[in-house]
Amino acid sequence: MDNEPGIRAFEGLKVLDFCWVGIGPLTTRYLADHGATVVRVESRGHIETLRVAGPYKDNVPGVERSGYFANYNANKYGITLNMSHPKAGDVAKRLVEWADVVTENFTPGTMERWGLGYEDLKKIKHDIIMFSASMFGRGGPHDRQPGFGNILSSFSGLVHLSGWPDRPPVPPYGAFTDFFLARLALTSIVAAIDYRHRTGLGQHIDLSQLEAALQFVAPNILDFTTNGHEQMRSGNRSPDAAPHGIYPCRGEDRWCAVAVSTEEQWAALCRVMGNPAWCREERFATHLGRKGHEDDLDQLVGHWTANYVPEELMSLLQEAGVPAGVVNRCEDLFADPQLTHRNHYIFMEHEELGLHSFDGTEFRLSASPARYDHPSPLLGQHNEYVFKELIGMNDDELGVLVAEGVLE
Amino acid sequence: MEANGLLSPYRVLDLADEMGIMAGKILADLGADVIAVEPPSGNPVRRMGPFYKGRSHPERSLVWWAYAGGKRSITLNLESGDGTAIFKRLVAEADFLFESFLPGYLNGLNIGYEALREINPGLVMVSMTPFGQDGPYAHYRASDLVGMALGGLVNLTGDPDRPPVRISEPQFGRLTGASGAAGAMIAHHYRILTGEGQHVDVSGQQAVARVLSEAPATWNLNQVSIRRQGVFRTMAGGQLARTTWLCKDGYVTFSLTTGTHGESTNALFDWMGEEGYDNEGRSFPDWTSLDSSTAPQEMLDRVNSQVESFFLAHTKDDLFTGALDRRILLFPVNTFKDILKDPQLRARRFFTRVEHPEENAVFDYPGGFVQSNQQYVGTQRRAPGLGEHNCEIYVDGLGLSGDEMAQLRELGTI
Repeated sequence: MDNEPGIRAFEGLKVLDFCWVGIGPLTTRYLADHGATVVRVESRGHIETLRVAGPYKDNVPGVERSGYFANYNANKYGITLNMSHPKAGDVAKRLVEWADVVTENFTPGTMERWGLGYEDLKKIKHDIIMFSASMFGRGGPHDRQPGFGNILSSFSGLVHLSGWPDRPPVPPYGAFTDFFLARLALTSIVAAIDYRHRTGLGQHIDLSQLEAALQFVAPNILDFTTNGHEQMRSGNRSPDAAPHGIYPCRGEDRWCAVAVSTEEQWAALCRVMGNPAWCREERFATHLGRKGHEDDLDQLVGHWTANYVPEELMSLLQEAGVPAGVVNRCEDLFADPQLTHRNHYIFMEHEELGLHSFDGTEFRLSASPARYDHPSPLLGQHNEYVFKELIGMNDDELGVLVAEGVLE
Repeated sequence: MEANGLLSPYRVLDLADEMGIMAGKILADLGADVIAVEPPSGNPVRRMGPFYKGRSHPERSLVWWAYAGGKRSITLNLESGDGTAIFKRLVAEADFLFESFLPGYLNGLNIGYEALREINPGLVMVSMTPFGQDGPYAHYRASDLVGMALGGLVNLTGDPDRPPVRISEPQFGRLTGASGAAGAMIAHHYRILTGEGQHVDVSGQQAVARVLSEAPATWNLNQVSIRRQGVFRTMAGGQLARTTWLCKDGYVTFSLTTGTHGESTNALFDWMGEEGYDNEGRSFPDWTSLDSSTAPQEMLDRVNSQVESFFLAHTKDDLFTGALDRRILLFPVNTFKDILKDPQLRARRFFTRVEHPEENAVFDYPGGFVQSNQQYVGTQRRAPGLGEHNCEIYVDGLGLSGDEMAQLRELGTI
């Protein structure tokens, strides 16, 4: 992809990356994809969670076989450093001296325990930028609470708002908030770099995943604080549109989204359906009427949609100007014409995974596009390169560290 | 304008509607001077509910309040010659331009990226649309539901015996806007290095396709298509484990975890034992020694009903407080009422008081998305009224005269 030469957006930026699991590695992947040198610090004694989370190549577990880990760590350099070894501190210090930005998303207190808290880093490099993400941020009664990203959906109201009103709420899939909060994290890191550029001052950015996730439900919070109104999940319904739902299609468990919010779209939908008699019923003549008879409406529309495969239905409706979209399954995403056109999945050869898909960036930059140079690192794959080429150790120093188990 | 905030020297012209309004909010929170450029009829977001006091009014949309906070507002009809001329003067002095029109719309008004670049080569223009600027779906019509479906999230969410389901609160535009802010800042860094601007083309569908966890990789590696599982998750051995549970006053999230996370399950059964619950879970000595790929479904089902009755006898608060003491991975399914009284958010002083003089009221708003030890990040003031800053920008900024302003008003340009 986009392998034309030229300066890259983060050319020369050096990032020492202690991040693990979701939000952290995804944040630093944006930096790596755009040219920063990102050195991912791992340890053999405490294997990164995603390396031991599936899916695995051939369903065979192994620290180099996780597609989950691979996706968030492409384009980075991987080193191993046993942080509980007494000599690890000195090595980390040299890496900090090299770095412009240090990133981490451990439970608060972990970096401090290693002597790598912000105050420590500042003594090593006065204008260092440190980025920390954690479940609840630093300070407060719960800040040491460990957890997974899945839990943030629950805490932030997103679970409460997902599902059917007559059923228990259902969580959005996976460690949902991790993946989009990385975008806010990246934004704040670049703002800090800009600030240092202008003022010479470093800083510590402290991201609470809960607080960041709440930005995405801000209207619901305001509805409560200004009106005292608690919003409730509503299945696939919308106050502004009807029909508005996920309708059954031909095939096993195939579905298509249809969202009609204007009179023109309603007329167009009726036309595509062949103007059946029920379309002309008085009760469906207005938006309010359709909202008032939504159960019947959904049934009638669903009866019609079931004749089509979703791709066919989407294109019929879109041609008529009705918003509609296939409920893409994962296999459909890889075949989706638009995602394919945009090169959404980048295929790179990985030593153990073989040719594997990595997410490309969701945006295209006209002058400094992302580049995908190499897949995720094997454990400690770049020890020699990083310790010798980047921080200037000689063979003897490196040999001693290896012999003493510091680089485990 | 008080010059504080990490991005205080920069100006953003923000034309985005719900597809990208979040991007400008993120930069405004970081201190940038974000000017919402609205058509004289107002940004369409102003017509989105819920509304303050439940009455539809362009100055009372809570979506607008939420995502235009800290911005300024001017009105400008881009579809008039005077409008585009004034717009170009604004662009000449802007650092960023955010927009979410259908691909080609601004080009049609001769103010597409190529034209604006002539005026301001340093401009970072960010276009946030459902599918990106080009490709077979570029002109497809999307809505939140359609975007979330094509992006792949809807397929993964919902009860298996009903259709897949979306998050009721629209997230398509917000995920896209967050990507827009990220793309803008990457381009900004390139500008720091080179002085050159560029065009950032964000696809909402791709912004969704990147939040699917390991699901796409699972297809790519193993040709396994993950489907919606409702309140259950599939464990490594294919067993179903409940994740959302009814309790006395709502729901909690908890999984019967095994292996390295088995301590959490052990601690729950110990707690149940302390309270006299007859639990067979205790007959399994140690959940840490169980493997998520081999724990028998029959056993999981059996302990499920005991856990269920324990939860039903306790409130969310009791369960979470007990879980914190015992290091159990259990969390409340918060409602917004719960969120407002959360002690952690209160201790971090997350909520910020925002004055609404027109309503003669002060309301709690969500605070910033990060804390910086250098500068405040977060909402600086309430969302602007329609065209509230016309004079500031047009008269004080561009030097338009009172006569010119009157004429432009007359023509419906502002």
